[in-house]
Amino acid sequence: MTDTTTTNRGVNVTPKTSVTVLFAGDSGDGMQLTGTQFANTVAVYGSDLNTFPNFPSEIRAPAGTISGVSGFQMQFGSQSVYTPGAKFDVLIAMNAAALKANLSKLHHGGIIIADTDGFDDKNLRLSGYGEGNNPLEDGTVADYTLFNVPVVSLTRKALADTGLSVKNIDRCKNMFILGILYWLYSLPIDTTIKTLQVKFKNKADIADANIKAVTAGYNFGDETEMFAQFGRFSVAPAGKQPGTYRRVTGNEAAAIGLAAASKKAGLKLFLGSYPITPATEILQTLANLKKWGVKTFQAEDEIAGVLSSIGASYGGAMAATSTSGPGLALKSEALGLAVIMEIPLVVINVQRGGPSTGLPTKPEQSDLFISMFGRHGEAPMPIISAHSPVDCFYAAYEAAKLSVEHMTPVICLTDGYLAFSSEPMLIPSPAELSKIKPVFAKPRAADDAPYLPYKRNEMGVREWAIPGTKGLEHRIGGLEKANETGNVSHDPANHALMTKLRAEKVEKIADCIPLQTLDNGTEKGDILVLGWGSTYGAIKIAVDRAIKAGHSVSHAHVRYLNPFPKNLGTMLGNYKKILIPENNCGQLLMMIRDRYLIEPVAFNKVEGLPFNEMEIEAKITDIVKEL
Amino acid sequence: MTDTLTKLTAKDFTSNQEPKWCAGCGDHAVLQQLKSAMADLELKTEDVVVVSGIGCSSRLPYYVATYGVHGIHGRALPVASGLKASRPELSVWVATGDGDALSIGGNHYIHTIRRNPDLNVLLLNNEIYGLTKGQYSPTSKIGQRTVTSPNGVVDYPMNTIALTLGAGGTFVARVMDRDGKFMREIFKRAAEHRGTSLVEIYQNCPIFNDGAFTPFTDRERKADTTIYLEHGKPLIFGKENDKGIKLDGFTPVVVDLNDPKVSRDDLWIHDENDFIKANMLSRFFDDPDAEGDYLPRPFGIFYVEDRFTYEDALTAQVEKAQEGGEGTLEALLAGNSTWTIK
Repeated sequence: MTDTTTTNRGVNVTPKTSVTVLFAGDSGDGMQLTGTQFANTVAVYGSDLNTFPNFPSEIRAPAGTISGVSGFQMQFGSQSVYTPGAKFDVLIAMNAAALKANLSKLHHGGIIIADTDGFDDKNLRLSGYGEGNNPLEDGTVADYTLFNVPVVSLTRKALADTGLSVKNIDRCKNMFILGILYWLYSLPIDTTIKTLQVKFKNKADIADANIKAVTAGYNFGDETEMFAQFGRFSVAPAGKQPGTYRRVTGNEAAAIGLAAASKKAGLKLFLGSYPITPATEILQTLANLKKWGVKTFQAEDEIAGVLSSIGASYGGAMAATSTSGPGLALKSEALGLAVIMEIPLVVINVQRGGPSTGLPTKPEQSDLFISMFGRHGEAPMPIISAHSPVDCFYAAYEAAKLSVEHMTPVICLTDGYLAFSSEPMLIPSPAELSKIKPVFAKPRAADDAPYLPYKRNEMGVREWAIPGTKGLEHRIGGLEKANETGNVSHDPANHALMTKLRAEKVEKIADCIPLQTLDNGTEKGDILVLGWGSTYGAIKIAVDRAIKAGHSVSHAHVRYLNPFPKNLGTMLGNYKKILIPENNCGQLLMMIRDRYLIEPVAFNKVEGLPFNEMEIEAKITDIVKEL
Repeated sequence: MTDTLTKLTAKDFTSNQEPKWCAGCGDHAVLQQLKSAMADLELKTEDVVVVSGIGCSSRLPYYVATYGVHGIHGRALPVASGLKASRPELSVWVATGDGDALSIGGNHYIHTIRRNPDLNVLLLNNEIYGLTKGQYSPTSKIGQRTVTSPNGVVDYPMNTIALTLGAGGTFVARVMDRDGKFMREIFKRAAEHRGTSLVEIYQNCPIFNDGAFTPFTDRERKADTTIYLEHGKPLIFGKENDKGIKLDGFTPVVVDLNDPKVSRDDLWIHDENDFIKANMLSRFFDDPDAEGDYLPRPFGIFYVEDRFTYEDALTAQVEKAQEGGEGTLEALLAGNSTWTIK
């Protein structure tokens, strides 16, 4: 390391381009909070980052056990960071179970900072190592760089004179470990101190104790021989685009995207929803946006959630519902109603492992088929997918725009990976957001010709005729509609015509969406890796590496899953092989094969885990060999 | 703008679609009285939305010249709730049936009732599935033979009024399809009530369940089998108005007003704001054709309570949040915690 510098205290500082850290502990140890603090500090410092929490599906799984381990993973770097990282460089283990659950994903030679107070007999027994089998002492971690730190003892010592109870003091142990990490990565502690002062502004003693703990941890790094000898690291700011940033998870971003779309369209946002993992935070976030005129309706079930939104949409609100797989299944019939009523509605479906209850907290991309085909009758709906936490904002925004401007329900697909991951978002100015133009039917006088609710414009779109408008009184609903008048019709030719008109309306959206672009690589070549959704980061890195290795590989990421961009077929024809990695058994692949009559190479993973870049890189390498 | 000054009539609320109900169906009468009530209430056609689910009665919106949504089976109430929550100024009516509201839509029914949005719910109860041609419904009688209960119904029937009171209903009434003017007056009271108004309508299906309510409509019997509730008036019924209801402890008993030992002053005085007594009245659910004594079936308004509506409470929260002004798009995008990279 030629560029290693030395501080005036004689400690080496080694620069790194990226680091992946996992904070792991008991679900009561405050790992999410600790990780969040670290992420905020890194963000303010200017590095790029991506975070992902990994928590048990039980609220309070048994303490000390593997199933009770809660983790907060993040990657930060001096260049663009697309994923929370595949393997860790640093593992913070607050107890034995946290080590056991995560050691396999630590790079060889990686750093372990272990709270030795969490490796007593009880913890060893509960973790499954067994009493007397301390992995910190028996060679289990011989291939790694181990720092044994009695965090609880040191925190108690540091806070002995605060007058707080032992219980309250022990709660500060996560701040102590955070302080060590700040020292190790040459990061300032003041962002966290400011946050603590605000967070505990009415509890000065607690604020002081936490600040003391984080400072003590930092000083511990500074003053302890084992750390001093090992040295410190630094990760430079990423040189991100200048501007004001905020950190968002995918769910927060989706919620804000909907609210922003409503403001931009001059409509009120209404969200009818029912709590479901991993989509609940969308409802929670919007419930806090009443200042922006947002109304949320926590319905009695998923069905009432979507139907209340259909009612609100009929009344002229920008209406949305948020859900995940099982909820989407329950909403199917109502979505058919929205299709035949031809009214705007956004469905944000945060995909999770299925079928049935499946893996509620784990991501999967297996709801593409239900989004595309999961309604009875011929009931096409546009589908948009988000590829990153920040993109959840833009995807939700665009879903709202398409739904209002094309008078159709739209499905926006995200997943549990994006929903819980966070990354910095460059805050757009309102003017940068595309305009949203709802077309309301105008009032009519008594002597005007009767209003025709299903009369369409050149895009096949009918007007939005909302109650309270004179002369537009009309009755619509689930029965087949006569063309233009909207009256009930069982006429065979009319049904055929209406089926065609509804399908054409969705197809014509292809005229309004951007053409498919390449994310990386050349316009013609050997391999095109075609992805959609949250596989973006892993594919991005893998293709980047393959290109650097001299292979002819390109990457395109499909955002518009229905209708496809008009040029997609042409693009697919420019490569010898199309590789489609998906966290399902080949759903996009089947749609592509059916539509363009080509045979792409499938690469599927349904383990409740996202792809990592090594897996995709290896697959690309395999294909290269066969060419 | 002369039309705003002209009072609308029932005809103005009549759409250009011909009702497709069978001749003699009770739905015709309900439609007629609804349109008349809307005219009496001086509603404007553009401010009214009629929402329905699926079933014979749920075709009703097509025949009213207002806005209307014919939704999906059992789920008119959530559509209406979402509409009312986002547009509180509209007059929202719901047409539903016993199968629609109480069977497939049972969950929505109890939750809508407890939330109390300002909806006027007309529940047309014919104790049968009509549109699917004669299967038993959740209000069908024990032993009733239908195409799906050839050996007689074994499902215990639902008591709409008791269920609605149990769910926290704030306006609970029952009428008969044949009582045209009475029904219209109850519809108007329902509309004037702020909150979810439930009007159960006993509605005869002449095709699949003809005569289900004959014990209460038969010219000879109805005076003895029914009782009409009037606020502040004693519970009196009978052909000669010579029967009364009084409470013997907690037990309602029928007394003979010709008996010199019975004083009219002892009779139960109907108080539509008395929740406990409304619950007791809801249990006047005897079958006059069964053996033994029976209490008359009550019609009219069982219970009225002045309680906040869902949309008022929600709107109040939004207004409070906006006390310092409505949030701007800039502030929405920025959130609470930002940092700047130069």
